[in-house]
Amino acid sequence: MRYALLLHNPEPAPGDIPAEGISEMERLFSDYADALVGAGVLVGADVLQFSHATTTVTRRTGATQVQDGPFAETKEALAGVFVIDVPDLDAAVAWAEKCPGASYGSVEVRPVATSIVDGAWTGHGPAE
Amino acid sequence: MTATSPDDRVDSVDRVAYDAAAAAARDGYGRLVALLAAGSGDLQAAEDALGDALERALATWPEAGVPDNPAGWLLTVARRRLRDRHRSAEVRRTMPLVPERHAPVRLEDVDPDAVGDRRLELMLVCAHPAVDPVARTPLMLTAVLGFTAAQVAPAFSVPAATMATRLVRAKRRIKDAGVPFVLPDRSVLPDRMADVLEAVYGAYVVEWSTADAEPRRLPSEALRLAEVLAQLAPRDPEVRGLAALVLLSTARAAARTDAEGRFVPLTEQDPGRWDAAAIARAHEHLRAAHAQGAVGRFQLEAAVQAVHCARRAGEPPDRAALRRLHDALQRVAPSLGGAVARAAVVAETDGPAAGLAALDALGDAAARFQPAWAVRAELLARLGRAEDAAAAYDRAITLTHDPVERAHLESRRASMPPQGPLSGPPVHPTARSDHARDLRLER
Repeated sequence: MRYALLLHNPEPAPGDIPAEGISEMERLFSDYADALVGAGVLVGADVLQFSHATTTVTRRTGATQVQDGPFAETKEALAGVFVIDVPDLDAAVAWAEKCPGASYGSVEVRPVATSIVDGAWTGHGPAE
Repeated sequence: MTATSPDDRVDSVDRVAYDAAAAAARDGYGRLVALLAAGSGDLQAAEDALGDALERALATWPEAGVPDNPAGWLLTVARRRLRDRHRSAEVRRTMPLVPERHAPVRLEDVDPDAVGDRRLELMLVCAHPAVDPVARTPLMLTAVLGFTAAQVAPAFSVPAATMATRLVRAKRRIKDAGVPFVLPDRSVLPDRMADVLEAVYGAYVVEWSTADAEPRRLPSEALRLAEVLAQLAPRDPEVRGLAALVLLSTARAAARTDAEGRFVPLTEQDPGRWDAAAIARAHEHLRAAHAQGAVGRFQLEAAVQAVHCARRAGEPPDRAALRRLHDALQRVAPSLGGAVARAAVVAETDGPAAGLAALDALGDAAARFQPAWAVRAELLARLGRAEDAAAAYDRAITLTHDPVERAHLESRRASMPPQGPLSGPPVHPTARSDHARDLRLER
């Protein structure tokens, strides 16, 4: 099954984290990515810019609304997405536990329902 | 199982068919559900398919005769049913086939014994960390033992519709999140087994705590779950310990109320009314557990029960042994119920004042804990502090939900002399309802 590991964490203000802390975390994420690639389970990974840079679009009210900022104002913001392909939830949780982001934020493990593979929608899970 | 002979009368054929279907369903339900659900992870579909197969059995067996292997027959029919479902247009439209999940079922594997027992995997799924803790025990009772939501709902004090919703949600989550029907590797198996044991223990606690003024129900469901688990994981000492614990409590069930339905504290029970065969079976489990050389919470709780069951009529139990076991239990698995039980034992070994001091040491944690008040009342009475004892009895009575136990406390309260020490056995600290409330407090 395909799972998205959604990294949520409080966004630090500039200077909150010392430079060596940032480089340490970059090293840990690099190791993590190597481990995912080595295990052959990584589908894709994107670390996102801070939520101040985000824009939310909705047509829920009928007309298109473009709104500055994230969809939900919460203390923790979506910071990154890793998509992995593993046999089951236990395997996905094991990878989420290893994610460096879990040490300062939380990692949501969400099964992927369907995605575009080679130009075609492809289901992944037992969806109904 | 026997095939019916042609000259049987029709109604007896009907009954034979019905009995055979019922027996196959009762004994094999969990095994069949586990086998049917293991491939897709879809418990609901497995239960529905088995339900259809049972219906077919009741429709065809009276005429065609009971098959030699009723469980195999049910498995084959249920698998066909599942396969039809996967092939249906609706499923094809909404769910692409994933080869490893939807491999064609092998109909030659009709003998459930030949394809192995997946019930341990099923129990691990029911108690998986991804499943809401309140749904785990009911899920086990329905998936492993075949109870309906309506049957288990009263035990958990919720309406049948609420229980049904809770079970449906848990099953959908298991399927959609991809909870695997596998035995996890050794690094996580002990943690997972602890969740399974907790869920089985939940069944045991629920049954005692919902006992009413009727003759108390045997903890048969918990016992069946515990014994199934002991069969599946015979080398796990805590699994054996839990089976022993449930057996020892079951053994005393008949002696817990007198002819008038009144509560009989453990220390006043007649050992002659205990079930010697169940006690012997419990000791087998305890010996097997001990041989593994790893002590744990359930083994210690079972050992406490074993000490009580070892006393002779009219004699007190081995209090020094109880004290050692309770001390160990508080070290291995500290709990409020365990601490109150330990205080009651301390009162026996070191006197009521020492027991009272042990209760005081619990502080505010025990302020709304019924067993703490019941024990406190008894100890105050024994110290001759009649007024304090009466107040503690009142508090215990207001916190007691079990009518039989409340009647007992009220009679103790009423029998309080205006002053002077009261000799009498204490409310037994390991009464099962203590554990029930303890468990509820912990959650």
